[in-house]
Amino acid sequence: MNASAHPLHLPRGHAPAAVSLREVTRRFSGRTVLNEVSLDFAPGEFVALIGKSGSGKSTLLRALAGLDDGVDGEGRISVPQDRSVLFQDSRLLPWKNALQNVVFGLRGADADERGRAALADVGLGGREDAWPNALSGGEQQRVALARSLVRQPRLLLADEPFGALDALTRIRMHELLFRLIRQHRPTVLLVTHDVDEAIKLADRVLVMEAGRIVVDRPVALAHPRLKDPHFEALRGDLLAALGVSDAV
Amino acid sequence: MSLITYATGFQPSAETERHPVGTQAARPPQLAPSRLPRGGILFGPVALVAIWELASRIGWLSPKFLAAPSTAVLTGIELLSNGTLADHFLASAQRAYLGLGIGVALGLGMALAAGLSRIGEASLDGLVQIKRAVPTLALIPLAILWLGIGEAMKVALIASSVLVPIYINTHAALTGIDIRHVELARSVGLSRGAFLREVALPGALPGFFTGLRLAVTTCWTALVVLEQINTTEGIGYLMNRARDYGQTDVIVVGLAIYAILGLGSDFAVRFWERRALSYRKALAS
Ligand SMILES: Nc1ncnc2c1ncn2[C@@H]1O[C@H](COP(=O)(O)OP(=O)(O)O)[C@@H](O)[C@H]1O
Ligand SMILES: [Mg+2]
Repeated sequence: MNASAHPLHLPRGHAPAAVSLREVTRRFSGRTVLNEVSLDFAPGEFVALIGKSGSGKSTLLRALAGLDDGVDGEGRISVPQDRSVLFQDSRLLPWKNALQNVVFGLRGADADERGRAALADVGLGGREDAWPNALSGGEQQRVALARSLVRQPRLLLADEPFGALDALTRIRMHELLFRLIRQHRPTVLLVTHDVDEAIKLADRVLVMEAGRIVVDRPVALAHPRLKDPHFEALRGDLLAALGVSDAV
Repeated sequence: MSLITYATGFQPSAETERHPVGTQAARPPQLAPSRLPRGGILFGPVALVAIWELASRIGWLSPKFLAAPSTAVLTGIELLSNGTLADHFLASAQRAYLGLGIGVALGLGMALAAGLSRIGEASLDGLVQIKRAVPTLALIPLAILWLGIGEAMKVALIASSVLVPIYINTHAALTGIDIRHVELARSVGLSRGAFLREVALPGALPGFFTGLRLAVTTCWTALVVLEQINTTEGIGYLMNRARDYGQTDVIVVGLAIYAILGLGSDFAVRFWERRALSYRKALAS
């Protein structure tokens, strides 16, 4: 089934969940890092996951990506087959040019054509032949974004994808991601340590602490979110849940 | 009030102008030496040859002990023009590059087998490590018993010494593959065949080139010794005979040829490496 089959106005909560976790537990050398996490994401829902460093966010994301075999644990996970992962490092193959990186693992006669279109979508039209080493950090991450989205995934898993970028580039990337995922409406899990980023982009914010989801809040703010009068209150709540005060 | 022109070309600001003329922010000491100008590494060799020539001219170096560079050049030209040098050179080059070719092929094949399969690694890795610990020259007696004293023995020994650096470096690169790239390949659902072609092999290429650069030098090193055994052709033979006659000029010619071949091979490999790995140039455009 194509992701674009989910219309924008799909009533949330009535469609079958796109992602579901039931009592998912993960342990590293006996230490519980994910503790019986149960969650459902609606199709097309944009979920942000925040939490202190080491709280288990990446472990959860890797479990959803199916990249954690060999890790001790139990629970049931159901995710779509067609999913993409966006890593914090752009993870481009240095010996492939921008276009080859975008279409990496993509099959079909029209792969190159789709790759070019995806590069143009992220504003890198004309840079198909560039080696990753010759691209700036922001450009590399845009290639990685094109690589994730050219597959038209039904689930996009992003682990602090903008964490290594400078503040200005990050703002541009927010805008870009927000615009691009509207085209095909994948379900998105965005792991971030940036509360503003979470509120700005997500429909729902989860806070993780010591392997458990301790806050699960819908973001019922109008876009642009930072201008919504309720923004500050939500931000304060989330920061409090993270144990951070915003005194300065 | 005079304007100070700074070597770095920046305009003095109002702030610096308030200070007496000539005051300039103290520059931090330069900690690392700056880069050599082009051709700078030639200084040492050229100086050595000049001193050597001078010492020969004023009689400190007897020709019995070591011929002057100029004498060696004349001898070289003479050997070249009467065809002697070409024959010996071709005989040596044939041995070295035949051994190199076979050794590279074997080393690469074994590295791939060991790097990409567990049974390959279990069977081959220990053997190569043992081979590495045994000096090539120590294998000469056995090689002579098995293959005789002809060309086969020489080529086989060169190949066996070349195999080691190729195997070690390619294998290390294959097993040291970036785990993040493996993860990426899995997340895009790459097949095993495509993974080898698109990730494992390109990732191991820098290691292979490191091995190849060592190998092209190794093949000539082995040759020098092997050409002392039952040959009437080759640069090594030429030098040995010159020793019997006390012709230090011919010995110098032989040494120069080894040096040129070694440097030339290294240069060729580096040229090829730069082209194959051109993606490494980090030119932010
Ligand atoms: N492969 C691993 N082996 C051992 N411990 C790990 C591994 N991956 C993560 N951990 C541990 O699990 C905890 C949670 O890690 P992680 O999910 O990466 O946290 P987060 O992404 O929230 O910063 C950390 O204490 C980390 O040290
Ligand atoms: Mg993490």
